Amino acid sequence: MMSGKALFFRAKTRAEMSQSRRAGKRSAMQTAHDRFKLVRIFFVLGIAALLVFLTGLIITLGPLEISVADAYSALLARFLPDHFQSEALTSRVVWNIRFPRILGGMMAGFGLGICGCVMQAVLKNPLASPFTLGITAGAQFGISMAAVIGFSVLGGPYFIIGNAFLCALLCSFFIIGLAAIKGATSENLVLAGIAVNYFFSAISQLLKYFASDEQLRLMTNWGMGDLAAFSWANSQLLLAVFVICVPLLMSKCWDLNIMTAGDDTAKSIGVNAENTRLFIMATSSLLVAVIVCFMGIIAFVGLVAPHMARMVIGGDHRFLIPASGVLGALVLMSADAVGMNLMAPTIIPTGIMTSIVGVPFFMYLMMKGKRKEFWT
Amino acid sequence: MMIKLQAKEIVFGYDSNPVLDSVSFEIAPSKLVTIVGPNGSGKSTLIKCINKIVSPQGGSILIDRREVAKMTRMEVARYLSYVPQSSVRIFPTNVFDTILMGRRPHIGWLGSERDEEKVWDVLQLLNIERLAMNNFSELSGGQQQKVLIARALVQEAEVMLLDEPTSNLDIWHQLDVMNIIRDVVKKKEITAIMALHDLNLASYYSDRIIMMKRGKIVAVGDPHSVITEENIASVYRVQAAVRKLSDRPMIMPLRQIRGSKA
Ligand SMILES: Nc1ncnc2c1ncn2[C@@H]1O[C@H](COP(=O)(O)OP(=O)(O)OP(=O)(O)O)[C@@H](O)[C@H]1O
Ligand SMILES: [Mg+2]
Repeated sequence: MMSGKALFFRAKTRAEMSQSRRAGKRSAMQTAHDRFKLVRIFFVLGIAALLVFLTGLIITLGPLEISVADAYSALLARFLPDHFQSEALTSRVVWNIRFPRILGGMMAGFGLGICGCVMQAVLKNPLASPFTLGITAGAQFGISMAAVIGFSVLGGPYFIIGNAFLCALLCSFFIIGLAAIKGATSENLVLAGIAVNYFFSAISQLLKYFASDEQLRLMTNWGMGDLAAFSWANSQLLLAVFVICVPLLMSKCWDLNIMTAGDDTAKSIGVNAENTRLFIMATSSLLVAVIVCFMGIIAFVGLVAPHMARMVIGGDHRFLIPASGVLGALVLMSADAVGMNLMAPTIIPTGIMTSIVGVPFFMYLMMKGKRKEFWT
Repeated sequence: MMIKLQAKEIVFGYDSNPVLDSVSFEIAPSKLVTIVGPNGSGKSTLIKCINKIVSPQGGSILIDRREVAKMTRMEVARYLSYVPQSSVRIFPTNVFDTILMGRRPHIGWLGSERDEEKVWDVLQLLNIERLAMNNFSELSGGQQQKVLIARALVQEAEVMLLDEPTSNLDIWHQLDVMNIIRDVVKKKEITAIMALHDLNLASYYSDRIIMMKRGKIVAVGDPHSVITEENIASVYRVQAAVRKLSDRPMIMPLRQIRGSKA
């Protein structure tokens, strides 16, 4: 019945392929597919460009008057002093005060976005996120413990942050351990995460009874997400973990695509489902731990940025991971800018503003419906 | 390439419930083999043992005289492709990307144009190119089944394992899929092993049939020797009429055999 088609197993040679292309033989479907690929690339690049543009714009907001042009040249002067000049005061305000906070927000949003994305993929659960799995609650517990009881595993400058970091990791190991147990379904994992969340939140609440005003303020600030804690002085650790974890997560994009089809299918295509799950959970937990220990609880971004990205560009992780990252960065960064300036000099905490700005945006995307309607 | 598949005394059970009890067989290259048997007799489990989705507690599977248990998953995936009985999706994936997954054992980090061309070729072969950009979970059961078969085809493995590949298809598409599989087996000299419920399809297309009952093989051979009234009575507890049609045994089930559990 199919003598004409039966040759499909032989790979077409380059010559044949380009020949058929020259003859314009690409079908309408193939053209649509090519276009969709471009759309996804431009979506990611477009948001990345928007981030750069917003950086300049947000730097201008604040008590000291700085123009957009001054903002960019102050930044560029740091890297290309021969080509760009900047006034000393402007330079100092931009580089030491305004830019670190923006960069911190961008990195936190980016990191939380991609962590949520990969966690959802390996657990095959749309509710998975650093927050729902209890990792942020663990960090909060670590903060409370250090602040109120004065107990911390590490000393010195890492007295509080180090504790948050270790407790967050502890929580994620608990979840990873559960994931490693045979027969633990992904629903069970998220349920366990939510239980852990309640448990540690309860203990943190309890500790508040014994806290002094000063301690209480620290805990509350941190619990609402606070980008102010990020500065050049403590940025190295965050940067280092980023540089290691993000490429590692990106390198698994094919396996993540395949993991969403279920463990049996993944195994049959050559992906070791259990190992991939452990690797992804460990790597993303490390990233989340270092983000929350500096910036506190920002719950919304990790859960929802991947869904926003999926609604717009579909489920291919080659594009979905970076798209979740840049969307997370966009939401967090713009929310924080609003929070900083809406009622200045009073600063609305980042975590609160992110939810207030992000939820309507998310709802809008959800109402707008399926991916297809965005592009056709 | 011609490779031989051997199963030697495979024993497997979920937890402690025995499912496969010392299953042995040998499959010559370039053959279409079907596994038949009642519900729960262990067909799907046997298929999953062959490509190491589950690890047998005893016995071994050999491909090309190499033990599957000692290969990496990626190596196994180059020898064996798999079409699951069903597949659920939680997140949206389009048909093209679903099929492209099958290229994973051959693909670099970014994937190449060549891999994509192969997907288009298979989409054309199965006549589902127009579905390429549709969401997998929004397809009909039969369309989904064709997509899963397409994914196994682009994997270009030498043995295809299929778990009831025609269960959701209408009769036209059943023949379509079976013809495609038979053609691939002939042209590429690969082996297809599939679990089937339709004994007539099995009889019509198979070179060999393996008949199972409660985790044991009760009959192996060409359709004439396996599809007999006696075997169907003892394995399925169904009285059937078996007649020859275009040189293959065709069966017509008549009635259930009640009483003594055969
Ligand atoms: N994941 C599992 N955990 C525990 N027991 C299982 C599991 N999968 C299958 N079984 C049991 O193993 C036995 C064989 O199941 P299997 O799926 O191999 O049968 P099958 O021949 O493919 O049946 P069907 O024709 O209904 O597809 C059944 O008794 C079933 O209950
Ligand atoms: Mg089955």
